[in-house]
Amino acid sequence: MSTLAAPYRFSDQFLAGARACVPVAISVAAYGLVWGVLARGAGLSLIEVVMMSGLVFAGSAQFVALDLWTATPSSLPIGPLILAALIVNLRYLLLTATLRPLYPEKGLWRGALSMYLVTDENWAMTVAAMARGGSSVAFLMGGGALAWISWMSTNLIGYGLGSAIDDPARWGLDFAFTATFLALLLGMWKGRGDIVPWLVAALTAIATAQFVEGSWHILVGGVAGSLAGALVEVRKHAHHA
Amino acid sequence: MHTTPEAVIAILGMALVTIAVKASGLLLADRLPRDGFAAAWLRHIPGAVLAALVAPALVTGSPAEVVAAVATGGIFILTRNLFAAMAAGVATVYLVRLLIAG
Repeated sequence: MSTLAAPYRFSDQFLAGARACVPVAISVAAYGLVWGVLARGAGLSLIEVVMMSGLVFAGSAQFVALDLWTATPSSLPIGPLILAALIVNLRYLLLTATLRPLYPEKGLWRGALSMYLVTDENWAMTVAAMARGGSSVAFLMGGGALAWISWMSTNLIGYGLGSAIDDPARWGLDFAFTATFLALLLGMWKGRGDIVPWLVAALTAIATAQFVEGSWHILVGGVAGSLAGALVEVRKHAHHA
Repeated sequence: MHTTPEAVIAILGMALVTIAVKASGLLLADRLPRDGFAAAWLRHIPGAVLAALVAPALVTGSPAEVVAAVATGGIFILTRNLFAAMAAGVATVYLVRLLIAG
């Protein structure tokens, strides 16, 4: 980190980033608990939970993966799982691009590895700190490390809780998936611009699910809805201009 | 502690595309569109994917699921708490199923 002529030590900034992310780590923990419970219900083994949370480390993509997951390996939809992770995570292109000013002109490839620890939460705190003029790669990493620990540990706790329940449907827990996704969706509401993409996505998915087996309706609906949302947004801007 | 080759391939594939997308944003930072159609499309993807996931489950569900969905949404809007919303949904579906069965 001596490449930047900055008057700080890596450890100080790392801890500052972690401290700034304590409030958001609590919300990560709540989501992590729910994911762990649902992962148990979806039939993931403990080692699969550790691998997925440790390596993929992306909340929304992992929630979608649970819906696609099957306990029998021969019917596991490997292609849709990877494709869904790609599509759900595409928005990170926009997030990580805004972190470019933190990195030196050269050696960007090494910086690319640190993108592994970027989440919505520590990204938001880092960008806010950048606007105040006090941020760094170490700050980003500190927040990311805290989010990682929070995510992994609560996933495991949730997984343990989930295994204490023998017959999920008897307690209405089969509805936990739909309820969680509905709440996640409502949490993404940003305004009336969301009506068209969500409606197009929902209707396309319902129609696709009628005719196509498996989980393709998620990808078809997601792509159709997001394209519709972008079309409306761009046309509205053109109209105003 | 067990897993299968299929699960390992799926998880490694998911991990690879995720880090590839995140790294690409930084590496291509100076060439990515900041506004316009492509940027708007990327922003709308997560919401649309979740809407596509939820909608079929709701239209094919029983009245118990529809009532529970309303409860889930209502509690989430009131509390902004994911866990509370999920618990409300699960409790509602459990109770309404009991009422319908009894």
